[in-house]
Amino acid sequence: MLHRDWRAGELNVLVFALVIAVSGMATVGFFADRVELALSRESNQLLGADLLVISSKPLPEHYADEASRLGLSVSSLTKFPSMISNGENNLLTEIKAVTEGYPLRGRVHLASRSAETPEIQVVARIPQPGTIWVDDKVMTRLELRGGDLVDVGDIQLTVTELVVREPDHSVGFINMGARAMINAADLPDTGLIQEGSRVSYQLLVAGEIKAVQQFRDWVKPQLTKAQRIEGIRDARPEIKAALERSEKFLSLAALASVVLAAAAIALAVRRFTQRHLDGCAVMRSLGASQKQLFYLYLYYFIVLGVIASSIGCLIGFAAQEILTHWLTGIVDTELPWPNWLPALQGLLVGLVLLLGFALPPVLNLRSVPALRVLRRDIGLSNAHSIAGYLLGLVALSLLFIWKAQDLKLGLYIVIGFVSAIAIFGCLGWILIRVLSSLRHQAGGAWRYGLASISRRAVSSVLQAVALGLGLMALLVLTLIQDDLIDDWHTSLPPDAPNHFLVNIQPDQLQPLEEFFQQYGTEHPPVFPMVRGRLVKINGKDVSPENYADDPHAERHIRREFNLSWATQQALDNQVVQGKWWDADSSEAVMSIEDGIAKTIGVKLGDELTYDIAGSPFSAKITSVRKVDWDSFRVNFFVVVPPGLLDNYPVSYITSFYVAPTEIAMMHELVRTFPNILVVDVAIVINQVQQMIHQVSQAIEFVFVFTVLAGFSVLYAAIASTQDERIYEAAIFRALGARREQLSRAWAAEFAILGALAGLFASAGASVLGYVIGKHVLHLDYTFNPWIWLIGTSIGVVGVLVAGMLGTRSALSSPPLLTLRKIG
Amino acid sequence: MLDNDIKQPILWTKALTKQVNTGDKQLTILQDIDLQVNAGEAVAIIGASGSGKSTLLGLLAGLDLPTSGKVHLDAIDIFTLDEDSRAALRGKILGFVFQSFQLLPALTAIENVMLPLELSAAGNAETTARRLLERVGLSMRLHHYPKQLSGGEQQRVAIARAFATDPKLLLADEPTGNLDSATGIQIIELMFELNREHGTTLVLVTHDEVLSRRCSRQIRLADGKLVQ
Repeated sequence: MLHRDWRAGELNVLVFALVIAVSGMATVGFFADRVELALSRESNQLLGADLLVISSKPLPEHYADEASRLGLSVSSLTKFPSMISNGENNLLTEIKAVTEGYPLRGRVHLASRSAETPEIQVVARIPQPGTIWVDDKVMTRLELRGGDLVDVGDIQLTVTELVVREPDHSVGFINMGARAMINAADLPDTGLIQEGSRVSYQLLVAGEIKAVQQFRDWVKPQLTKAQRIEGIRDARPEIKAALERSEKFLSLAALASVVLAAAAIALAVRRFTQRHLDGCAVMRSLGASQKQLFYLYLYYFIVLGVIASSIGCLIGFAAQEILTHWLTGIVDTELPWPNWLPALQGLLVGLVLLLGFALPPVLNLRSVPALRVLRRDIGLSNAHSIAGYLLGLVALSLLFIWKAQDLKLGLYIVIGFVSAIAIFGCLGWILIRVLSSLRHQAGGAWRYGLASISRRAVSSVLQAVALGLGLMALLVLTLIQDDLIDDWHTSLPPDAPNHFLVNIQPDQLQPLEEFFQQYGTEHPPVFPMVRGRLVKINGKDVSPENYADDPHAERHIRREFNLSWATQQALDNQVVQGKWWDADSSEAVMSIEDGIAKTIGVKLGDELTYDIAGSPFSAKITSVRKVDWDSFRVNFFVVVPPGLLDNYPVSYITSFYVAPTEIAMMHELVRTFPNILVVDVAIVINQVQQMIHQVSQAIEFVFVFTVLAGFSVLYAAIASTQDERIYEAAIFRALGARREQLSRAWAAEFAILGALAGLFASAGASVLGYVIGKHVLHLDYTFNPWIWLIGTSIGVVGVLVAGMLGTRSALSSPPLLTLRKIG
Repeated sequence: MLDNDIKQPILWTKALTKQVNTGDKQLTILQDIDLQVNAGEAVAIIGASGSGKSTLLGLLAGLDLPTSGKVHLDAIDIFTLDEDSRAALRGKILGFVFQSFQLLPALTAIENVMLPLELSAAGNAETTARRLLERVGLSMRLHHYPKQLSGGEQQRVAIARAFATDPKLLLADEPTGNLDSATGIQIIELMFELNREHGTTLVLVTHDEVLSRRCSRQIRLADGKLVQ
C-alpha cells in the first residue's frame, strides 16, 4: 500500500514535511554540534589546553599517564614568580617553565626585534634549553636586546625571543605582570624551586571531548586539597556566559524546528486521512477488522517514518557539510567532525513526530463507517482528530524536554506551547465564529473567503494555530537572537577597556592625570581599592579549613578580597536583594556580589569582618548585587559607602581602552610609573570579541535553516487543503468564474488565515520571548511593539503568497477532470 | 422567445475528437462528433457507461479541451477563447446539473445558488436565489449546508443554482444517477418544469432510455461515435 500510495503521489506532503523537518533539525543539530565544539575549542586557546589540573605541589605522574592512556595530548608547565636581572636592573617576573608540546591549544606568537619592522611569527616550539623568551614588559624594563644574558636564579639564560601573545594569558591580576618562558629542563639548575616557594604546577590536557570528560571524571575524585581542575568555563566567566547562552540559543533553534516539524506533520496528515477515508471504507465493507486496519497503518507508518527520516538525516548531514565549508572562510577555527548523535536524534524525532501526530488520526480511519461506501459525505467526527493531536502534544513535550537538555528550558517551552495552543485554539474558534457571522455583510471575495474558513472551522483553527505556532517560534528566535547579539555587543563594544592599571598610589593620581593630559587622552575614572582578608562572619572566626569541601570558596578565603567604596552603584551592577545606601550614609554597611555571597555562604544582614593590614574592619551586608562580569569593567566583590575605609591603606585601579596604535603611550607609562602594574587584556578581549562575532554568525546561519523549516509548515498547510481547492476551483470555473474571481476569493481566505496566524504568533512571541529572554538566557528583554505589526504582516503576506503559489496548479487544472474524478 | 430563434442552432460541433494518452498508446474517447442543438430543443445524449457521454458534455461546456474539432456555443467558437473567456461565457449562457450535485460544502444552500449570480455580478442575487429555492421547495432550507441536506434536496439546490443566471442552455449529466428512483422522478419533473418555465435549451446526458424519451430528440453515442 505504501508503494502504491507513493507512486500515486498520495504521500508527497507528508513525506515532504517529514523530510524537511528532520533534515532541518539534523542540520541544526549537526551544525550546532560542530560550532559548539569549535567554539569551546577556540575558547580553550585562552587556556592553552582543554583542561588543566593545577596544584601548588608537584602533580603525581599517574595523572599524566592516565590522560595519555585515554589518548589525550599531555604537556606540563611550572609557573612561579621570581626576579630576573640584567646587571643593575631587576624585575619581578612570572616565569613559566614549559615542556615539549606546550601549548596544546592555540599558538605562541613571537616578534623578532632584529628587523626594522617587527614581524609576527606563530610558532609551535618552546624555548631551547639555555634560552629565555620574554614579553614586552621584561624587554622594556630591563632594557634588553635580543641575545642579552639575564640572571634567572643560579643560571644565566640568553634572551632569544620576544613573546607577543601566548595562549594561557590569563586575566587574574596577580598573573598579569611581566612574563617569561623557559625550558623545563633548565628549571632544576635555577635553584628557584624550593620548599615554600609559591609555585603553580599545571598539567595540560587536550583531545577528544569525550576523552577529556572521561579524564575529568576520573581525576576529580582523586584531587587533593592542593589540586584543582580548570576548564575554560571554570576559568573565564564571560566566556562561560557567552558559550552557555549560544548553546541554549542553538538548542532553542533546534527546538523551534521541532515545533515547525510537528505543525507541518499535523497539517499534512489531514490530507492523508481525507484521502484514505474511501479506501478504509471499502476495506471495512469488504470485511476488514479494525485490528487488521490498525496493524496495516502502524506498519505503514513505521516504514514511512524510517525511510523519510533517514532521507532527512542524509540531507541534513549534506547541508551542514556545505554550510561548514562555506563557513570555514568566516570561522577561523577548523570545525571538528560532528558526532553522530544528531543523526540518531533526527531519526528518533522524525519517528516520534510521525507516530505522535499522524498515527492517532490515521488510526481513526479504522472506525470509518463502512456506510461511506454509499454516502461519501459521511466522514469522521472532528472530536476524533482533536483527541489524536493530544498524543502528539505529549510526544512533542517529551521531545522538548529531551532536546533542550535543560529541564527548566524544556518545561518553559512545553508550558508556553501548550498554553499557546489552548489559547490560540479558543480564540481562533471565537474569532472565526464572529467573522463568519459577519460574512453576509461582506462583499464577494471576502464572503467566499470567510465562508471557506468557517465551513472548515476546525481545520481552519488547526491551520491558524499550526501556522501561528510556527511563526511564533520564528519570531521568538528573531527577538531573542537580536537581544542576544545586541547584549553581547553592548557589553563588549569595540572600545571596551583593554588595559587595567593596578596599584596606583594616592599621590600618583595627580601625576597620572597630567600624564594622560599630555597624551591628549581623557583621564579614565579611578576606583579606590583596599585589600583585606575575611576573618569573621557574624563575629565567628573564619578559616580556609571551614571550606575544605569547596576548594573554590577556600581559595577566596585564603586570598585577599578587594574592597572599594562608592556613593552610587555602578551602572552594570544590579541590586537583587536589599537596598543601596543613601548618599549621606555613614553606617558600617556593605554591598556584596551575589556569586561570592553564595560561595562563602553569607546573606543579607550578616556582618563580615576583614583584616586590613592588621586592623579589623566590620560592616553589615545591606545589599546583594549582580555584576555583569562579561563587561571587563572594574568591579568589586565588596563595596562600602565612602568614608568608612579612609584610615586604611588604599591604592587605586582604573581601566581604559588603548588603541593598538597608542602602544607607545603604554611603554612611556610603564617607564614613568614603575610601581603601577599594567594589565593588558587586549588579547583576551579580542579573542572574546572574535568569538562573539563567530557565535553571532553561526546563530544567524542556523536561523536560516529554522526559517526553511517554517516554509515546510506553510507548504503543508496549503497542500492539506489542496484537494478541496481543486474541487472548489472546478465548480467555480464550471459556474463561470474567471481565474481572477477565484484567486480573489482564495486570497481573501489566505489573508484572513494569515492574519489570524500572525496575530497568534505576535501575541505568543511577545510573551514567550519575554519569559525565555528573562528567565532562561538572562537578558534584559526589550519589548518590541513592532512585533505585532511585523508578525501580522508576515502572517498575511507569507500565507497569501505561499497560498497563491501553492494553489496555482489547482487554479489551472481542467475543471472537467476534477468534477469527473470526484463525481 | 421568438420563433425564428428556434431555428437557430445554439450549439453545434464540427469533427469533435478527443484522444488521451494512456502510457504507450492513444485512446480515442470521442471521434468526429458532428451535432447540432437548436434553441428550445431538449436533446438526450444516451449511451452505455464509458461511451464518452460525459466527456462530450464537458467539451460542449468548454470544461475540457478537444484534441481536434470545434464547438460553437451561441455562435461563438469557444476554443478560440482563453479559459477565462470561456468561463465568462459559461457564466452567461450555461447552467449545469451534475450527477453528484457538486455543491460547495462551505456555502449554505442559498449561498450556493447565489454563487453564479455573484460571479457574473448580477444584481439582487439574494432575492433571485431565495425565489428559486422557494420554487424548488426548499424555502425552509435556505441556510442549511449541503452536508445537512439529503441527496434529493442537494440536487434541488443544484437545479436552482443552474437556473439562477437564467441560462440559454442547460447541461445535465446523469442528474438522477445518485438518487433513488422516487426522488429521481421528482427531480426530473422539477428540471423539465423549470426548463419549460425558463424556455431553456436542454442537453441531457443519461444512460436511462426512459428518461431520454422525455426529450424531443435522442443522440446515441457508442465507442466515442455518434450512431444515429
